[in-house]
This record gives sequence, structure tokens and C-alpha cells, in this order.
Amino acid sequence: MTLQQDRTGQDVDRTDLVSLTIDGVQVSVPKDTLVIRAAEQVGIQIPRFCDHPLLAPVGACRQCLVDVPDAGNGRGFPKPQASCTLPVAEGMVVSTQATSEVADKAQQGVMEFLLINHPLDCPVCDKGGECPLQNQALSNGRGESRFAASGGVKRTYPKPINISAQVLLDRERCVLCARCTRFSEQIAGDPFIALVERGALQQVGIYEKEPFESYFSGNTIQICPVGALTSAEYRFRSRPFDLVSTPAVAEHDACGSAIRVDHRRGKVMRRLAGNDPEVNEEWITDKDRFAFHYAQQADRLTYPQVRDTDGSLRPASWTEAFAVAARGLAEAGAVGVLPGGRLTAEDAYAYSMFARVALGTNDVDFRARPLSAEEADFLASEVVLTGPWDGAVTYADLEAARTVVLVGLEPEDEAGAIFLRLRKASGRGTRVLAVAPFSSRGLRKMNGTLVPAVPGAEAEVIESLADRAEHGIGADTVVLVGERLATSPGALTAAAALARRTGARLAWVPRRAGDRGAVEAGCLPTLLPGGRPVADAAARVDAATTWGVRSLPEAPGRDADQIVAALVSGELGGVVVGGVDPDDTADPAATRAALRAARFVVALEVRETDVTREADVVFPVAPVSDKAGTFITWEGRPRPFEAVFTNPGSLPDLRVLAGIAEELAVLGRGRPLGFRTVADVRARMEELGGWDGERPRPAADPLRPSSLGAEGMALATWKQMLDLGSMQDGDAALRATARMPVARVSAATYDVTGPTVTVTGDRGSVTLPAEITDDLVDGVVWVPANSFGDGVLAGLASPGSRVSVKGAGA
Amino acid sequence: MTDTLTPVLTAGWADERSWTLDAHVRRGGYAALDKAFAMGPDAVIAAVKDSGLRGRGGAGFPTGMKWSFIPQDNPNPKYLVVNADESEPGTCKDIPLMMASPHTLVEGVILSSFAIRAHTAFIYIRGEVLHVIRRVQAAVAEAYAAGHLGRDIHGSGYDLDVVVHAGAGAYICGEETALLEGLEGRRGQPRLRPPFPAVAGLYASPTVINNVESISSVPSIIAHGPEWFAGMGTEKSKGFGIFSLSGHVQRPGQYEAPLGITLRELIDLAGGIRQKSDGQRHELKFWTPGGSSTPLLTAEHLDVPLDFEGVGAAGSMLGTRALQIFDETVCVVRAVLRWTEFYKHESCGKCTPCREGTWWLVQTLARLEKGQGTEADLDLLLDQCDNILGRSFCALGDGATSPISSSIQHFREEYLAHLTHGGCPFDPAAATAWADRTVGANA
Repeated sequence: MTLQQDRTGQDVDRTDLVSLTIDGVQVSVPKDTLVIRAAEQVGIQIPRFCDHPLLAPVGACRQCLVDVPDAGNGRGFPKPQASCTLPVAEGMVVSTQATSEVADKAQQGVMEFLLINHPLDCPVCDKGGECPLQNQALSNGRGESRFAASGGVKRTYPKPINISAQVLLDRERCVLCARCTRFSEQIAGDPFIALVERGALQQVGIYEKEPFESYFSGNTIQICPVGALTSAEYRFRSRPFDLVSTPAVAEHDACGSAIRVDHRRGKVMRRLAGNDPEVNEEWITDKDRFAFHYAQQADRLTYPQVRDTDGSLRPASWTEAFAVAARGLAEAGAVGVLPGGRLTAEDAYAYSMFARVALGTNDVDFRARPLSAEEADFLASEVVLTGPWDGAVTYADLEAARTVVLVGLEPEDEAGAIFLRLRKASGRGTRVLAVAPFSSRGLRKMNGTLVPAVPGAEAEVIESLADRAEHGIGADTVVLVGERLATSPGALTAAAALARRTGARLAWVPRRAGDRGAVEAGCLPTLLPGGRPVADAAARVDAATTWGVRSLPEAPGRDADQIVAALVSGELGGVVVGGVDPDDTADPAATRAALRAARFVVALEVRETDVTREADVVFPVAPVSDKAGTFITWEGRPRPFEAVFTNPGSLPDLRVLAGIAEELAVLGRGRPLGFRTVADVRARMEELGGWDGERPRPAADPLRPSSLGAEGMALATWKQMLDLGSMQDGDAALRATARMPVARVSAATYDVTGPTVTVTGDRGSVTLPAEITDDLVDGVVWVPANSFGDGVLAGLASPGSRVSVKGAGA
Repeated sequence: MTDTLTPVLTAGWADERSWTLDAHVRRGGYAALDKAFAMGPDAVIAAVKDSGLRGRGGAGFPTGMKWSFIPQDNPNPKYLVVNADESEPGTCKDIPLMMASPHTLVEGVILSSFAIRAHTAFIYIRGEVLHVIRRVQAAVAEAYAAGHLGRDIHGSGYDLDVVVHAGAGAYICGEETALLEGLEGRRGQPRLRPPFPAVAGLYASPTVINNVESISSVPSIIAHGPEWFAGMGTEKSKGFGIFSLSGHVQRPGQYEAPLGITLRELIDLAGGIRQKSDGQRHELKFWTPGGSSTPLLTAEHLDVPLDFEGVGAAGSMLGTRALQIFDETVCVVRAVLRWTEFYKHESCGKCTPCREGTWWLVQTLARLEKGQGTEADLDLLLDQCDNILGRSFCALGDGATSPISSSIQHFREEYLAHLTHGGCPFDPAAATAWADRTVGANA
């Protein structure tokens, strides 16, 4: 818990150190360090409940009382002091429970008080076995209860109460440390829980019309020092001492949050936040915490399948499936590869090499979402091969920046750890600007400023940023561009130009955990692994030599949209598809048509999907819990993890691709990939390394089609953190805490449409409750991208395009 | 009345419609304003310092020194907050003062605000006393209408607005930082210090918080000079104060006298301990010098000088000079249990020792009152008190232990008598005001 303090401590100038004596041991710590933390430095654990290193001190529980015979001025404190609120002073002398009878008695007294109204129901409490109250009652309390012996009557409550669909509160267990309420107010900015009533009847409460719906509510459960807060998901499921804990990396966004997976007999029971001060500190989103049942659903694929003569899919052995897949691909003609954005870097590398070496094509693109050629150029010239080691933007830089500009990125929905870090930074003076159609709740919580922009017209707004002195764009600015900007012509180019012109630093924040790794691994039609441009002959030779092939295809490949088009037109005959949901792609109908039109489809999936139902060969692949791998964060920071489970029937994508490649080589196409395990691939990636030649120059500013004069309203949309995404399947309580889908309209529009609107685009229409959004840019309507039906792309229109908005009654 | 009394604040209480502006002006009210405006703020602070006025809310912190802590280079506005959340059991001086002469308070607020360069002042009045809130509101409105408040007061160029704020009914809001929380619209719970209110108080701005009586004393100091004020009282506890006698005396009420007067003198002024129907007098058994949070004293302390040092030396605190007088008919265990129930009810819940400790103390005391338990329970009680006193977040928890530890110190035998008697050996009716009236006498 104190790692961060240590790190900041290391950076502090020696002259800023303060020396004090704790239990006779001299220790020097940075000034303003709290005594409780200084004591940890010398290995003394002072018991505590309300204290938390990432929350402001409150001094409420009084468990950490210590004796201070000398406050550093020669005089002592007459009374024991709360070490969690007392800053160190030069020459201070502190006696903790280890050396002072006064401190020990004070702590024993507080512990005894804490237990009088506590039910002592450890045998049936979820926290039993990992409970700070239980542990510290044993280490710093008395064995027998004088309260019970003297006939005391405890305060009781009906139990438990739901403070949200996911979080339950057992009030009689609560020690009123206020960690949960302080977290919600100070860290998440969702103060939907508060202490109410007084005295021993004080309790955590919610306002009746506002349940505790926060994307970060699960953190309160984890930091609760007793069993007062539990999740609907984990309550009564298991005992901590039956669990095996494995460190892992969260797979739901590009933040790379450290998590801890607790599992029992091959099943994940729960996930907790890991502690990584450089990345997610001690917090994770509720999606990272609760959304893991997707891998345990009934539609999980467990064996390979091949299309039978009667047209149905039948089970097959791995060897048969490899052979059938290879033969089918060999006979299909030209083949494209759509790996999807959820891969580990190792799997992405396998797809990239499989396309080039086994299939002899550059037709590979991980982007299972609206994309552009401009984006591919941007990734090649500005993003690939950057990382914390060479000065790329990190989480710490977000905190240090004077200004952070968000473009095409809604961190609270799309990158929770960035949101929390920015919110922390904004409380310390960092200014957040968002180029967006309206001030989102997340932006307001970051005290941010809206720079209004119609979706699709971001480029002009980005260009004008530097001209406005009040924005203060300069070398101490960080510009974060989201992947959604790909659909806004010229925006990425403008952002790169802005950075070059002003000295501001730029980072690209994709949505999915595997996106950045796929860029590095070269799952793009114009990039080979390690940032090697396909167009650069030397780069091709470099890769070909390492891969042991004579040459690599020279022509840049088709991007995902072009692969879809080529399948429909018949230019491509086969396709290898990873974790791609057609409804996520730029044109879902076209993608479905392409799958139907393809002569041969190989699908690698965790669960049955629309793609596997169309496929000729289906390979079950491992979810992240069943394989080792590496996610690369938006910063470019590798986050390796090991497998949680050893599951011989659940192979990583790279093993499947290696199997197909070996069969293809037998048929005379390409050559084997030369690896079969994650460790092999890691070694190959290491061997290949990054490209040290010239980076591709940024492409020319693309044409910006003008949408002026077009009919209807511009459609703004993004995916909310909690929505209908298939990786949230299986956790009803989590989904119940999602925000209600609404259409955001201006007050003027609302006056015309009334409280329910029907939004109609070229792909369908949807009827949603309307919500007035005060600063929504004129002529824009916003809807969540995947919170109803098949989502916006399949059922409404393309983001940025024109839609009509009418009152539902009209 | 003898000349032991020094009626200053209480001088006009018996006047016709004493609470009106007219009545106040007839006694020279608001005259001190022009004098103060001519002196300038620093001179007003110096005068209050020189007078030796110490906080009348209980703690006795020198008022002028408190004012001088306000950092005048802080760019934030400065605020004066008057603590009128009088809720301590036994304490009843501010409420009669505000009822009888609210303009004395308002005048004091103007002078004090001027001294600390505040342009907004708040009077935080206990929510339960609606009649007092209305009276102070009316006085403030009168003062505005007469030009004593608002823009350019008396042509001095000094502006002041006064806000009368009604509390929501919590003893804890008498604690100054909890009061600030309440004033800002949050739950009344004490704040972590530092920062102290003088640096970051109301709305994180420099704030002076003073008791009603302290502020009300300022006009007389300005009018008559600090030497006049310092000429009363004792060496370190200067001036006068309102002594509120309640309970078993013949004439309970407010007695304004110099600090250092003794309870013996005050009881004489109040007509002595109450008489029985046969003309005999009851005997003083125990008393609180400054409300229930100050350790109780006994008849042997009758000659203790009632100033900060004297009462401190006797093992208690001067507090709010709320002298609750109990005669020999009162069961000390019963009295202490009632007080402890009050603390349990009023504990804000923020810190463990006070929240849980008062919950348990009540249970232990209730059993003792019923004659259940053993002598060891007295040691348990004292140990509980030891674990609360000095371990709580604010002084509420400390105060809750005072009646218990002091009563066991002075009346241990009486506690034990409950155990041997198998219940309370006292007749609770004997302590009541109608105790000596028989049914026949009433007829």
C-alpha cells in the first residue's frame, strides 16, 4: 500500500528529509509524511481502519493512536495522537504500541469499542480470513469481550441492503471508517453514498432516488476494512483461504490495469485491483472487476469444428481441423486476415506473421471498427515503437501536465484508469480540455472545459486550439486522441501537426486491450512487426531474414474495410477471423455479406458468434485467463501476464495459427511459423526487435468532405463503459448498474420532440428517452453506441453521419 | 441585590420591551460603533486584548489573541461566526441574553467584524429555540433599518452583512468546526485541524468563531475602555460573566458577577439552597461549575473562586458557568446516567471512542442504577472513560466522561449502595420541585 510513497520518496531531494525516532529507530522520510507511513518504513505496522494512502486523512477511527513524548520541539503531546493525521517533524519521538503502554492501551481500547457493536459473525462473513478488523482484533485486541460479559446489547439492523444492484451493505458490520464514502467523493467523483444519522446509528446511506451507480463502485468493496460492503457477484461464493490468487492484467480496455484473479478449482471467483502506482494505482473499473463470466458461458467453444457435407458444423480433432483449414485456405485463392483488437501482443504477432509468411499477403488489419487510411499512416508515423522508455506519455505525465487535451476520447467510458488519473490531476491544478460535442459527466467531474466540436469536424477545432491563448497549449500539454478520431477526416493529422507546432506531447488511446499490441506486431496492411513499413524494402528484408523467407509481399495490403469489399466482390476468396463482432465494424451488413460470400472462412473464437456460425472451420481459442501473453497499454508499456489456468483444450491463437501454417506448408504454401508456444513467440519478437530505420513520414492532410448543408443532425456516439458488450455477458448485477440509454439533445430539440425521440439513420432507427444536454453543439444528437439492439453501427447509422430526430409520438 | 453583582450584559433585561432597538439605544446602545470606527480595527483588537477578555463559551481562550491570528494578507474574505448553539445541559446564558437584549449581540458583532475586517458575519443559533431565532432576526432587521448594518455603516465606509442561521438541532454543532460544516450545508461533524479556522475556516477562509457572551462583552469594553473591564475579575480571568444557577436553590436564574466569585456567594444571592416545607434547608450535595461536561464538584468546593484557574485547580473546568445545584435528595448515579444518555444521543458518530463508548457507558450505568453488576463494574466504567478521554476526535467524548469519573471519585460509596440495595436507594420524587407538598397541603 505504501509503494507510491516510497517512489515519491526516492525523488525527493535529500535536504527535504525529516528525521525522527520511532520506537527507538531513527528514520528519515520526506517532509509532510504522516507518522503512520514513516512507521511502515521501519517495519512497524500501526493498526488502522480509516487510513488509506490514496485518500485524504480523516482521523476518524482512532485505531492508530501513538504516544508522542516529543513533538520535535522538546515538548510531548499530553494525549495519544492519531498517527494517520500527524505529519512528521524533525527530532520527533514516537512510541507505538510496540514500546508504549499508553499507545497500546489506547489501541486496545479503541479496538474494544469497535467490536461492541460489530456482530462478530466472522464465520459467515465474506471478509472472514482476509479482514483487517479480524486480523487487527487478534493482533491488537483482547481475547474476551468485556461488553458481552457485562451483558451489553448490540445495535442491530435488518441485513443486507442494496446500495446498488451490485453492491450490498451489511450495516451492523460497518466500522464507519468512511473509506467508501471518501473514495466515492475524492477518487471517483460519484458521491452517491454518504454517512447519514449520528452516533452509533450512523450508517452509510444513499439518496432514495439515486442508487450507487458508479463505474468504480467495486473499489469501495475492496477497500472496506470489514465485511460491510460485498458484491452481489461474490457474496457467499467462497472463502478467501480456498482461493488461489494470480496476478493478471485487465482485458477490457487499453489501460493495462493490474488485477488479481482469485480462482478456485479452475473457476474465476472474483477479480480485485492490483497495486501498480505507475498504472492504475489501487483502482480498477467495475468492468475490469466484475466482467469475467463471459469466459464461463454455455456458448464457450471447447473443441474444433469443421463444416460437414450436410452444411452443419461437426466436432473435429485438432489435427483434422488444421488440415481442413489449410486445404480450404489454399483452395480459396487470396485470403485476408481480420485478427480483431482483443489479442495479446504475442497472438497479434502470430497473425501478422501468418498473413505474410503462410498466406503471402499484407491483407491484415486488426481494426474491427470504423477506420481510415489516415489512421494507419498516423499509427505508423506517430504511435508505433513509442513507449515510456523513450519519453512517450505515461500516466505520471498526465498528472504532471499543465493541460491535457482530450480529442475523440471519453475517458470515463473508454479508459477508466486514465479518467481516475486525470481526475486526480485536475484536483491538483491540471486543466482538462475536451474537444467533444458536449460536456460529459466525466468531463464535469474532471472540472474540465469543453471545446465544442461537431463530430467529423474535429480537425478545424484542433487547428484552432493553439491560437487561443487561454487554452495554454505548449510543451507542458498532453494531447490524448481516441481511436474514434479515425472517422473524423484530417483530425489525427491535425493533432500530430498541433503537437509538432506547439511542442505538446501526443498519445493515441485505443479502446481495446489488444489494439496497441496489434500495431506493434504489424497487424496492419502497411506495417510489419516492430514498426517496419511495408513500403520500405530494407524493412521487408529485415523481417524476411529473421523469418527465414526469401521475400515478403511488397504491395501494401487491404485494410479491414477493403478486405470486406474484396470478399464481397470475390477478389478475395478466404478469410481468417479472430475476435471480431460484425456489429463492431464500419459496415456490419457488408461484413456479414463478406462472410457469406467468402469461399472459405476460418474462425478463431472463445465463444460461438455470428462469425463462427458462418465459418467453415472453427477453432476454440483461449480466453486471457487460459494463456500467457502481453497487453501493451496506450502508453506503449508492455504488461506481460502468465496464464491463470492450465487448460490443455484451450490454446492461444498463436498455436492454432502455427498449426494451420504447418499444414499449409505441407500443401506447398508458405512455410511453418517456427513457434508453438507463447515463450517461443516472445523469443522471436525479442529477436526481431524494433525497426531502427526511417519512420514513415506523416501523410498529407486528407481531403475533408464538407457536411455543411446536409439534412438532419450529426450523429455523435461512443460506447459507454457498461453496455451490451459480449464480454459483459453473464453478470446481470454489473449490467444493472449501467447508465440508462438516452438520446442527448439540445433544449431546443427537446422543445420540439418531447421526452421520447426516434432517431433515424440510413441503417435503421431507435426510440430512446431524450435528455436535455445544455452545452450540446447545435445540430448534434448523441446516443450510446452499444446500449440498445445491435448497436449504432448495425441499427442506426455511421458515426458522424446525418440522422433525423423526431418526437416518438410524431 | 448586593453590589457583588456587576450587571452589564444583564443590566437592561428588566427594561420595558428590552429587546427592541429603542430600549437598547436608550441605554447608550450602538454608541460604541462610532468610537470603534474612529479607533480603527487594530486598536479595537488591542483594546480587547488589553481587556483580558477570555472566551465565554467554555474554553477561555483569549479573545483578542484569537482575533489577531487572522492572517490579514490572506486574499480570501474574513468571516465572523457567532456560536449561539447553546446546548450544553445546564447552560442557559446565551439564550436569555439573545431574548432580552439581542442588540447587545448585534452591536458586538459589528465591532468584532470591524476589528477582524470581516464584511459578513453569521450568527449560528441552535435550531430548537425558534423564539430566539425570530428575536435575533428581528433585531438584525431593525439594525439594518437603522443603518447599523449594511453599506457604509454610520458613514464610516465600513460594510457588514449579518446572516442569522438556524441550526438543525445537534449538540455537536457547538463544536466550532462542526458548526462550520453545518453552516456550509453539510452534516455537523468536527473537522480535522490543522488547518485551524483562523486560517481556513468557513468556506476555507479565515474565520473567527466566538461565543455569544464573548461578542456581547465587546461593546462594553469599547464603551468603557479595557481598563474598566480588566478592573473586574481576577488576575488571569478578568471581567464579568453570567453565572446561571439552576436546580436546588431558592431563586434560580442569571447572576452576572466578576469572575472569581464563589458558589457560596452565589447561593446566598440566590436565596440559599432550597427550603423544605418545614423551613429547614436541604444541603448542597454536588454541582457542576460549567455544565455537564465539567467534572462535578461537592460542598467542599463552595469557596473555590469561580475563575478559569480556580476551578481548574479544583480538578474541574469553569466552562460556561452553568451552575447546576443538586441537594442531598438527588441520586448521583441517576443524574450521571441521564447526562450520559444525552451524550450517547448527541455523539456525532465520527470517531470510535465517543460513538461506541457512549453506547456502552449508558448500558453499564443503567445496570448499576438498577443495582445489577459488581464493584468491578466501577473499574470497568473508569477504564471505559480512560479509553475515551483524550482518545476522541473532539471534546464531546471527553465531556461525556467527566460526570462519570468525577462522580465515582466523589460518590463511590453511593454507587456501591445501589448494588447492596439492589437498586436505587433514593426516592426520585424527593428531588422534584413538588417533593415537599403532600396531597393534603395541595388541597
